[in-house]
Amino acid sequence: VEASSFAAGPPARSSARIRASAALFRRPWLRAVMLLSAPGAWFVLIYLAALVVLFLSSLWSVDSFTGKLVHTWTFDNFKTLFSDPTYRTIALRTTGIAAAVTVTDAILAFPFAFYAARLAPRRLQTALFVAVLIPLWTSYLVRVYAWRLILAKDGILNWFLDHIGLGSVNVAYSNTAMWIVFSYIWLPFMILPVWSAIERVPDSYLEASADLGARGWHTFRRVLWPQVLPGIVAGSIFTFSLTLGDFITPTLVGGAGSDFIGNVVYRSVGVSNNVPFAAAFAVVPVVVMGIYLLGARRLGAFEAL
Amino acid sequence: MRFDRSSRRAAGGAVIVTALAVVVAACGGSSSSSSGGSSSSLPTKIGPGEGQLNVVAWEGYTQPQWVKPFEKQTGCQVHAKYAGSSDEMVTLMRQGGGSQYDMVSASGDASLRLIRGGDVQPVNVKLIPDWKNFIPQLQSPSHNTVDGKHYGVSLQWGPNTLLYNTQKVTPAPTSWSAIYSPKYKGEVTVPDNPIQIADAALYLSKTQPSLGISDPYELSESQLNAAVNLLKQQRPLIKKYWALASDEIDLFKNGDAVIGASWPYQTNTLQGAKAPVKDLIPKEGATGWADTWMLSAHAKHPNCAYMWMKWVSTPKVQAQQAISFGETPANTKACPFMDKIQKGACAQYHANAPAAYFNSIKFWKTPVKECGNGKTDCTDYTEWQQKWTEIKG
Repeated sequence: VEASSFAAGPPARSSARIRASAALFRRPWLRAVMLLSAPGAWFVLIYLAALVVLFLSSLWSVDSFTGKLVHTWTFDNFKTLFSDPTYRTIALRTTGIAAAVTVTDAILAFPFAFYAARLAPRRLQTALFVAVLIPLWTSYLVRVYAWRLILAKDGILNWFLDHIGLGSVNVAYSNTAMWIVFSYIWLPFMILPVWSAIERVPDSYLEASADLGARGWHTFRRVLWPQVLPGIVAGSIFTFSLTLGDFITPTLVGGAGSDFIGNVVYRSVGVSNNVPFAAAFAVVPVVVMGIYLLGARRLGAFEAL
Repeated sequence: MRFDRSSRRAAGGAVIVTALAVVVAACGGSSSSSSGGSSSSLPTKIGPGEGQLNVVAWEGYTQPQWVKPFEKQTGCQVHAKYAGSSDEMVTLMRQGGGSQYDMVSASGDASLRLIRGGDVQPVNVKLIPDWKNFIPQLQSPSHNTVDGKHYGVSLQWGPNTLLYNTQKVTPAPTSWSAIYSPKYKGEVTVPDNPIQIADAALYLSKTQPSLGISDPYELSESQLNAAVNLLKQQRPLIKKYWALASDEIDLFKNGDAVIGASWPYQTNTLQGAKAPVKDLIPKEGATGWADTWMLSAHAKHPNCAYMWMKWVSTPKVQAQQAISFGETPANTKACPFMDKIQKGACAQYHANAPAAYFNSIKFWKTPVKECGNGKTDCTDYTEWQQKWTEIKG
């Protein structure tokens, strides 16, 4: 009995499979639906719906006495954001430091990536690649706390400066400390896209440029730079957006007056229980990032990703 | 695959419709919140335990030292969620309709908010035998007893002290002016907490009597502005506003701060690590905290909660917690137990101090519109929070 059912099984099953695949072949839209339904549902439910809820709740308010949400439409949160200079300062500080970190990382990443991609021998190249990635294996928190110890008044940096006779610096718990730590933490995200952009420039272009009499600087400006720029912009999307959304580094290494947008959002939700105001402030980085991405697309960053 | 224009538009429409459906569902869910809990009548005896107890507590308030014996004795498993500030405690107690946690160890600046918001329910103190051994000021204090109803039992209290590095700060400070004067510019640290405005107000009440501040938590608009201005002038002197006790400990250990506002807990920890620090209550007096174990209006395990209130009020547990955290027990019978655990602890933590000491501390309470004298022109806590963000910039 068993043997016969076994023998009868496969042909029936495979014919069903053939019919199914034929049906799919005749209907390309069905294939597309099956392929995209899961990620599509994820995108719509988790991502877009969350954004819509964010926008809607930024128009609500909270009853200060009972802490309950009041579902009446009001622009009060945005009015506060625009009229109170405190929030303007915080938004400008966040964007400013994000921009400073991006520029710093681009300046640090370019020579490194150029050396690694074009000049270093094969074996060293692998070692450099691993060296760039190693910090990402440890926890973000561990690295920030390490910097806190390095920059502290009685920390390693001042100990070192003191030993070589340069005195000491007072950078712990300040905006400078945040700039240093952010630049360090997000550097790998800038190096990797710049690296791959430099790698993609064919050797022949540089040779042709030299053959036509261009000096090093001229070659860099007219041949290398235009082709690497999309890579830098792609990397800057990471460094800029990651800094823009951070709130842990400001808490740990920032000083008096180092609040980021994220810190105000965090406190509004977890401490003041004012979700609508948090949502309103969270719209600001969404808008900033939207503008940034439009600019990045014009510079061709998305082809370099 | 290829989409023609119309099907693309249709897909876009579907996305929006789905997103809106989710939003509508979310709104529908959140609007059906239950009305605040006024319980019918007080229980007259503690029933059998429910096997669980979920609490929101200050870190260090649910140490195994006294939680383990409690669990063994009552069968109530204690699950603690630590909160870093009074504001966070209030938020946690209101989350999910308020039934997520049974109890909260609220300080005076949170307790009134919880009572007014209907988040906590009255407690029958007759079921807590040690309640009558509490110092008289903490049996029915205004921060947890309203209209003769007790919304929980008092626990421990302590002052916010002035902490300083004995090597860097000489002569030793005697006044809060030390954290407002430029002498220690860039080496001052104070808590990142709106209630810090009360510390400034307390200082002003002594140094600028013309402002007429009698209670640092009941400030008129102009009095609040005076305190905020003082704090804005203080900001350039601040190295960091500390959010966690461990932040302040780091600052003092690494030499980044030499003076600041603190709790006795940080002093104990730093002195334990052989750091050269001392603390004091300056001549202007100090603010302080008095904590209460409160019972949620929607508690799912009220019997275990009553057992817990009974347990943490006993002299021995009071003594253990006082020494572990560095604060003063509410129970007057705790003194000999404290000395038994650590010689001289009773005097060190002021457990036998006269009432004058207690009265010198201005305990945290929630700033509300109603001033003590029937007027309603005081600034409330929401305003304090906004001012604090403004001060920190």
